[in-house]
Amino acid sequence: MSKLNKRSGANKEINYNEVPAAIRRRPYYVVLPGLIILIGILIPFVTAIALSFTNYSFKLPTTKFVFLKNWINMFSSKDFYHALGVTLRYAIYCTGVQMILGTIVAFLLKNDNPFNRVLKVLFTFPLMVAPAIAVLVWQLMTSNSVGVLEKLLNLLGVYNFPWASSNKTAMFTVVLIDTWVNMPFVILLVQAGIQSLPKSPFEAAQVDGASAWFTLKTLTFPLLKPFMYIALLFRLMASLQEFGIIFALTKGGPGNTLMNISLTSYITGFTYQTLGKALPYLLVLWFIVNISAKFIVKRQRKLTMQAAGRE
Amino acid sequence: MKKTLVLVLTAVMLLSCLSFATAEEFNWKAYEGTTIQVAFVEHTTSNAIASKIADFTELTGINVEYSITPEANYFDKVNAALSTRTGTLDLFMSGAYQLWDYSAAGYVEDLTPWLENTIPDYDFEDLVQSAVNALKWDGVPGHAVGTGAQLGLPLCFELYSLAYNKRAFEENGLEVPTTYEELLEVCDALKEWNGPGSYALAIRGARDWGTIHPGYMSTFTNFGAKDFEIVDNKLVSRLDSEEAIAMTEFWVEVIKRGGAPSWSKYTWYEAGADLGAGKAAMLFDADNNGITQNWIKDGVPASAEAGNIAWAVMPVAAEGDTPYSNYWTWSMAMNANSDAKEAAWLFLQYFTSKDFASYASITEYNMDPIRTSVWEDPAFLAKMEQHEGYIDTFNATIGSTSILFTPQPEFFVTTTEWAATLQDIVMGQYDSVEEAMKTLAAKVNEAVEYIDLSDYE
Repeated sequence: MSKLNKRSGANKEINYNEVPAAIRRRPYYVVLPGLIILIGILIPFVTAIALSFTNYSFKLPTTKFVFLKNWINMFSSKDFYHALGVTLRYAIYCTGVQMILGTIVAFLLKNDNPFNRVLKVLFTFPLMVAPAIAVLVWQLMTSNSVGVLEKLLNLLGVYNFPWASSNKTAMFTVVLIDTWVNMPFVILLVQAGIQSLPKSPFEAAQVDGASAWFTLKTLTFPLLKPFMYIALLFRLMASLQEFGIIFALTKGGPGNTLMNISLTSYITGFTYQTLGKALPYLLVLWFIVNISAKFIVKRQRKLTMQAAGRE
Repeated sequence: MKKTLVLVLTAVMLLSCLSFATAEEFNWKAYEGTTIQVAFVEHTTSNAIASKIADFTELTGINVEYSITPEANYFDKVNAALSTRTGTLDLFMSGAYQLWDYSAAGYVEDLTPWLENTIPDYDFEDLVQSAVNALKWDGVPGHAVGTGAQLGLPLCFELYSLAYNKRAFEENGLEVPTTYEELLEVCDALKEWNGPGSYALAIRGARDWGTIHPGYMSTFTNFGAKDFEIVDNKLVSRLDSEEAIAMTEFWVEVIKRGGAPSWSKYTWYEAGADLGAGKAAMLFDADNNGITQNWIKDGVPASAEAGNIAWAVMPVAAEGDTPYSNYWTWSMAMNANSDAKEAAWLFLQYFTSKDFASYASITEYNMDPIRTSVWEDPAFLAKMEQHEGYIDTFNATIGSTSILFTPQPEFFVTTTEWAATLQDIVMGQYDSVEEAMKTLAAKVNEAVEYIDLSDYE
């Protein structure tokens, strides 16, 4: 009997409430890939934070811990506040202009006809051009020697328009190029939003005799807002981090006119080869982008709920 | 007599055979199958080298992977490659100034021991020695070049002079300026000399080191200014000295009265192109910049104004003053972390050899040649006859040409800040040049503050 019991385990107490180990581990297996990716993302980030407290330089054979020196130097430097100002102004101008123009163009292209279909395709062309190539094209177009824009301005009696070579027009020029490259992105997103609008509220408004302005103000825009917030999120984040267009066009010049945080950090880190000094700039930029993104995402979620009538 | 003659002839034959045997015995294929990576800047030198890489590979069996990058972005690319310390990049073009930064970081191989074992007929002494010496430095900030490690070998060099459009001066009845005062007068007189949009003087103005080292640094020295002085074992910026301020005031005046409207974007390429296009009447830059616009190759002009360009010595304070010119040499340096140093050394010698230098400057258009034998070659002199005043200007300037920067490992920081400040002054961002130069000097002092010369004793 005892042998039988031993062999079969019949007298073993079975806890039917206990979850088997394989099942207990399952959630960990599910999150494991995400965890590995997260660690992969965090390693460079944590390294950057750690190195920002050192004198890490490509030129030096050893690295010393310098405590808060790089951070104190950055916050006490005029160049930092200048770079911060340029970064914010650039982001506001680019995002603002692109959101307004992009939305207007998307509405103008709303009707489905052959002309609009061709325009929709043409508007996506700049999106397929790398920003640095776009800058080359614009450099040629704005060249005082051979530029097509210069020739057009010559017809109006304007010669040698300074474009990116004057501190008065440099910001205008880079925002113009950025808008040319990135506005189609806003157009595409807003168009997608327009196409997915529910028909019934608009039909009801029409039946009730609502004016076009009333419909736009109280129906179209509120329903479109979640899409516009997505466009806003992407454009704001990208323009806060802008590097390619400004670097390729002026390297941050003339003078320090266009030295934003990305450029200041790049030149400090790579041209001057002092990465320890450059990293605090990048971390501040990350903080700004993170805070802005969180705010916009929160707002976008709320608007999506409102549009769905769940709030 | 006959016996002596026979003996001499025999000796000559034996020696010839010996040298032939040495050349014959040299194993060009010793590193066959090796692949090296080389970084070139966009330049006539690079074009000449690129056209012969296939020949080099055929001779040595060494594969060469290379990139050619415009100067504006070139050093950022090299910085990034060297800083990995992986040795992926074996050879790179560089100027002497950049080698100060790179050697301080331990990126550059000292070529001195390598020079003891050269390819047959290399003839090191035939290289223009001022160019060779410009690439030597002992690594001590403030010490002049010419001693210490051989950080690279020259591929070409340049000095600074005034290239001008003869047509512009003839049509306006003007004389080529020889003094600062005359330069300013000519700047006024040549405004829109070739229609709307044309201007007097092309000079570089981009926000990088390239703006400082040509005409600016030469004139800076001619005003009696210096970039640094050594005080108590420290490098102290003298960019706020009376001479430096006076010179910068003059330079800003030149830009405002005669410079391109888009001056702040101008690099080597834009400045040279405007002279060739007939937009600028003069170019104060490297002597070999204007020449790229003046060639007429097989009847095809290099630019609209090819054939109209001539050269003169740079303007100085008073006629007869010595024109001190800064010196630039494009050289090739070896990455200290390279895994294929032997193959890289063969490449370096092949493309600085007599045969290649002759091909590069006589058949191709590499200027200025780095071999004395090329400068003395009648074929080269005949080729240069189409460039009025080029050789005379070179001869009048080369004796007073040297590196005018104080060697130090923060060259990129100091010259980038310098160029940015110059742009700010021109745009009126400062109340006075004095204020700007004092601010600049403070920034430069901060950058070199850590350098203590007693550490090098």
